[in-house]
Amino acid sequence: MKINDVILQTITKAVSFIILAFSIFIFLAGHNNPGGGFIGGLITASAFVLLYLAFDMEFIKSVIPIDYIKLTALGLLIAVLTGVGSFIFGQPFLSHTFGYFDLPLLGEKTELATAVIFDLGVYFTVVGITMTIILTIGEDQS
Amino acid sequence: MEVLMSVVIGLLFTIGTYLLLTRTLLRIILGTSLLSHGAHLLLITMAGLKTGAPPILNEGVTEYVDPLPQALILTSIVISFGVTSFFLVLAYRAYKELGTDDMDRLRGNDHE
Amino acid sequence: MSNFIILPILIPILTGILLVFFRTKITLQKWLSVIALILNTLNAGYLIYIVNQKGIQTLEIGGWKPPFGIVFVADMFALLLVFTTNIIAIFCLWYAFKTIGKGRESYFFYPFFQFLIAGVSGSFLTGDIFNLFVFFEVMLISSYVLIVLGGRKIQLRESIKYVLVNIVSSILFVSSVAFLYGITGTLNIADLSVKVTQLGLNGPLLVVAFLFLIVFSLKAALFVYFWLPGSYSAPPAAIAAIFSALLTKVGIYAIIRTFSIIFYQEPQITHQFIAWIAALTMILGVIGAVAYNNVKQILAYNVITSVGFIVFGFAVFSKDALEGVIFYLIHDMNIKALLFLAGGALITIAGSSQLKDMGGFIKKHALLGWILFITALALAGIPPLSGFIGKLLILKGALAANSITFYWFTGIALLSSLLVLYSVTKIFMNAFWKEPNTNVESNGNIKGILAPCIVLLLFSVILGVGAEWLYPFVEKAAAPLMDPSIYIDAVLKE
Repeated sequence: MKINDVILQTITKAVSFIILAFSIFIFLAGHNNPGGGFIGGLITASAFVLLYLAFDMEFIKSVIPIDYIKLTALGLLIAVLTGVGSFIFGQPFLSHTFGYFDLPLLGEKTELATAVIFDLGVYFTVVGITMTIILTIGEDQS
Repeated sequence: MEVLMSVVIGLLFTIGTYLLLTRTLLRIILGTSLLSHGAHLLLITMAGLKTGAPPILNEGVTEYVDPLPQALILTSIVISFGVTSFFLVLAYRAYKELGTDDMDRLRGNDHE
Repeated sequence: MSNFIILPILIPILTGILLVFFRTKITLQKWLSVIALILNTLNAGYLIYIVNQKGIQTLEIGGWKPPFGIVFVADMFALLLVFTTNIIAIFCLWYAFKTIGKGRESYFFYPFFQFLIAGVSGSFLTGDIFNLFVFFEVMLISSYVLIVLGGRKIQLRESIKYVLVNIVSSILFVSSVAFLYGITGTLNIADLSVKVTQLGLNGPLLVVAFLFLIVFSLKAALFVYFWLPGSYSAPPAAIAAIFSALLTKVGIYAIIRTFSIIFYQEPQITHQFIAWIAALTMILGVIGAVAYNNVKQILAYNVITSVGFIVFGFAVFSKDALEGVIFYLIHDMNIKALLFLAGGALITIAGSSQLKDMGGFIKKHALLGWILFITALALAGIPPLSGFIGKLLILKGALAANSITFYWFTGIALLSSLLVLYSVTKIFMNAFWKEPNTNVESNGNIKGILAPCIVLLLFSVILGVGAEWLYPFVEKAAAPLMDPSIYIDAVLKE
């Protein structure tokens, strides 16, 4: 049975990018406000799931050619290596620091924290894991 | 507020336990997730609710909520999220392979 | 320097992550995982050397001072277990190379094996009770994957029960942590010890202590062991071996840690109760081991009996007994891995795990037969082998306690040792000395998989003969368990 899903597809085309942009906003807001890698990752994953729902699975796979298991591993690697980075400076594992830098575009005294790199790892891991779980069940055709 | 929360936690534990004791696999999984919600609420209630401002350093605020239970509960939620999804996939696979989701029929002492 | 403490956890995690990227390159995966475990063993050895020289070492994660931040505490007890864990993991991995099969290898067997080791090491090293829960979960989730990997019907059926039991016990764990935090306002093990002593172990705290006992008993298969025989007989031998060597031991470790450092104030209530359920576990476990005629079941019930015995030793709670417990834990990790590996080889030969399907293997497989026989002797605690010294010290401690109940329990422990010996020799007699079974052709190929068993057996002999050499380390390991102030001072640096 072929379902007519023109409305869903049309809306998805617009909405999924709004969700993705929002997820990046939430991810970056996480330092001093509610948000962060975990929630940002979940929102990104929800955008992907919406795409998978609206379009054919094979089609989306050709558009977003990501191996989600490897994405998970990459995220974990980033997160763990951020912790290991503190070894170089003789600090305990997972020590974090931050500083203020003058950057073009972003303005003077922009706060940059190493915790964001850790959060980026969390973000990738959450996207990877959520998509792996959903696709594992979803890929089953019968 | 704490008393109300205790009642809610008790309800969650009760319903969770009831669902755990049923025979359908899906209900059992729902039961475990209700139980874990109960445990998470318990964790946050035990530290006291609403005792101050959110635990983010701000000027002019002297009373903060204890931030530790929130960190703990987040960790615990993530873990139970992972475990529950694993359990769901496992139950699905088991249902496809074994052809049943009835715990009575999953009993077995034959040791192939 | 203190960052070395995190390495036993970090090396396996990093290796596990790297292995995911090399999904198709299985030879590379094998090499990397062995190299990681060897590095890990060397690091554990180095840490033992440091701790032996300078006393207990701690690492404050992210520079947050205890009791606010998470600490990792490397004391001798934890390190000895980490060291043994890694050594045993190397040999189980070696055995897995030959037996585990392509299907499991390409579905992330090696990464999850590494994560399991990370979880186990983390549980040993952590100094924070919530962190203990996290590492328990790392270990358990890896074990869920390992137990179901391959997806045979029996594996799916048994793993559902295994996962369910562990989820429920994890929920109980979180709840008891919540109660404990509500009462004491801290989660650092050393700080908890101080707070619990101030408040006195009675009323709600006593209930929390028993909640923890229930949680850890579920994990350690102490008395509530009903899940163990089924789930340990489902996965292949290499995985069953690492499970029986490590998982229940982590539960026992958690019981020992919490009830020697946090809830030690009222031994006549808590430890007495632990002694009773330990004795019951020994009896019920040994009945199972004697009653079954299925190799896998016999081995699984042997695990339960030894859990009972170790925890009984802990419940005695004297210097001798605790040293015995540490000796016996190290011995038991080694010997249980060996037993399951040898049992797996036997099942490979026979093509079945039923004793009635076996017989007459002594002609073709004499080596395996003698390995199994010597293992049985080590299990029972015959002197030159490793079980003897631990058993001797535990029983010496129990008899010195001068109480009628402990005399009885000592009798039960001795009797159960004897019956354990009987249950394993039953396998030996049926599989090797019985008339050959004409229905069964022994066509399983066990070429090359006996080598890890022989090395583990050698370890057992070394542990037995070198007990004198090992003793100073064990003595150091037992000291903080008898006197928590050593541990507390090292962590809180007062």
